[in-house]
Amino acid sequence: MTKLLEVNNLHTRFKVRNGYLYAVNGVSFTLDKGEMLGVVGESGCGKSVSMMSLIRLLPPAAQITQGEVLLEGKDLAKASASEINMVRGSKVGMIFQDPMTSLNPFMKIGAQLCEGIIYHKKMSRADAMKQAAKYLDLVGISNSEHRLHEYPHQLSGGMRQRVMIAMALLGEPELVIADEPTTALDVTIQAQIVELVKELREKLNMSIIWITHDLSLLAGMVDRIMVMYGGSVVEEAPLDEIYKSPRHPYTIGLLKSIPSIKTEAGSRLPSIAGAPPNLFVEPQSCPFAARCAYRKERCTKEIPPLEPVSGAGANPHHRIACWVDVTKEPAEPKEGGML
Amino acid sequence: MTRAAKQPLVKVKNLVKYFPIKIGAFGSEKAVVHAIDDVSFDIFRGETLGLVGESGCGKSTTGFTILQIYRSTSGSVEFEGVDLASLSKQELRAMRKRAQIVFQDPYSTLNPRMTIGEALAEPMKVHKICPDNEIQGRIAQLIRDVGLNPNVANRYPHEFSGGQRQRICIARALACNPEFIVCDEPISALDVSIQAQIINLLMDIQEKYNLTYLFIAHDLAVVRHISDRIAVMYLGKIMEIAEKKDLFKRPLHPYTKALLSAVPEADPDIERQRQRIILKGDVSNAIDPPSGCRFHPRCAYATDACAQSVPELEDYGDGHQVACLRLDEIAMEEKLETEDA
Repeated sequence: MTKLLEVNNLHTRFKVRNGYLYAVNGVSFTLDKGEMLGVVGESGCGKSVSMMSLIRLLPPAAQITQGEVLLEGKDLAKASASEINMVRGSKVGMIFQDPMTSLNPFMKIGAQLCEGIIYHKKMSRADAMKQAAKYLDLVGISNSEHRLHEYPHQLSGGMRQRVMIAMALLGEPELVIADEPTTALDVTIQAQIVELVKELREKLNMSIIWITHDLSLLAGMVDRIMVMYGGSVVEEAPLDEIYKSPRHPYTIGLLKSIPSIKTEAGSRLPSIAGAPPNLFVEPQSCPFAARCAYRKERCTKEIPPLEPVSGAGANPHHRIACWVDVTKEPAEPKEGGML
Repeated sequence: MTRAAKQPLVKVKNLVKYFPIKIGAFGSEKAVVHAIDDVSFDIFRGETLGLVGESGCGKSTTGFTILQIYRSTSGSVEFEGVDLASLSKQELRAMRKRAQIVFQDPYSTLNPRMTIGEALAEPMKVHKICPDNEIQGRIAQLIRDVGLNPNVANRYPHEFSGGQRQRICIARALACNPEFIVCDEPISALDVSIQAQIINLLMDIQEKYNLTYLFIAHDLAVVRHISDRIAVMYLGKIMEIAEKKDLFKRPLHPYTKALLSAVPEADPDIERQRQRIILKGDVSNAIDPPSGCRFHPRCAYATDACAQSVPELEDYGDGHQVACLRLDEIAMEEKLETEDA
């Protein structure tokens, strides 16, 4: 597999009134051509900000303070504004969470779809419209020629998300970043969109980063999963590895707290005590330490690096950021959750 | 508990709620949203009835109409034999202390200018639950019940996280000793790791105070965990209602089958083997709902008859009720398919 993307030690922070919000604190990962990576975490864990930082699609208050983003060897973190403009929408496509608000209500579907390729590929309007209709067909919108002349409000939520997907694909990107693309949709519509993305991925052989808070959703679709917490990657492993032998206490807790067919109905769900961390101070220790059942003294003093797991038969692609080896340590319930 | 021993606490009969609205450029045309249309079911004392369905199917409206927060268009809601729909405003207020609600969004349902203590004291004063000098003690007890430290009573909602606020909302619902609580998507605004805490809390206090819940949610995994029975709604109608185990083992309605198959499971092995039923199209419009069975435009088994007559809920044993005209034929078709395979 050839490497498409390499991210090294990425830091992004936001300027707020009394200082900074440290949203992303040293994220590193790689992505191969044609690979699908799932990024999972709770709200505020930095999953969206870190992925938006890749193409610098950030609000003015945000700044990337450190790190490099190598897309096919070129560092996007240091690219000029015009260079990054040529990457967005052509090399990297985006699908956003809320199709209701990400489409311009005053523009017809066709005009919105064509805007990007007219700019990037210097296509004529007529050709661009033809191309747009082709992609609407591809994402399963019937009567596409007619749909091009409709406004977003005339489409349902699921249809609008299909339009967003068509828009992301029109520039024939190598990488698509999908930021919670099904969170605003109902489960039966979510199932439609997931099937569509799986099909398109086979057909077009692109790399996909799928951001979500739903670990169950990823189980059926991605190759590899990266778990984020408090602005850092805490665990990263191939699909089966994460679900079958999670090694970071947060991942373990998260998986246990999801009700599934296997959990006994009516039983108490194992829950993670406490609440996610406050990121107004730059983390100096493991971000999960305060809620962790395996906490040791070292955890509250030093930030653990993301390193391959140890032990016999360990998967070399399985990495965790944790000072403790959970396979050897008994968990002790720690005080938390109460004010 | 045997079926005969179960006492219905709430009996919903032919409940209808329409919302008249104005559409068109300047509100020139009038239309009616058929939010819930002829819905009937019982909620037994001490049980949790889960109500699931997709957004806009009328599940929250059902919860609100049961409590008569929305006055019903027609039909009745009997609470221990008293029809809430026929009560006056004053009479309803007296009933309110027995039936409470926990809302979806803990950020917008607590008054930002009231301390937690004030928010909890208000319902007790309105309903004269206890003498004034006992209120402070009761507030402390309620706050402890929901897993917080009693010294938070003097603080304001903005000082709390989403999970903590939802705990406070639950304490407020408990303040006047209700028997019945409508939980309207109580965890969907919360983070995954916090959801489990709130589910556990709801189950604990149910046991402690012998509460009856109507648990409304779109997340089937959560509903499966907390409910005793589950009702599946689609576009204002109940499609299927059954004991939880029965529903998951033997879903009968084509919509329930599709819904269950669409719920992802956090296990790659299960996901690889699973046969998803992908429904075509989107949910129809509640302003102009389809004739006959509301689900027929998306149903793989629909015939002309489904577009014409409205199926009634029929009992298929053990209180497993399904509203589908072609249920027997679908079962036959499936049997033949499995035999062929």
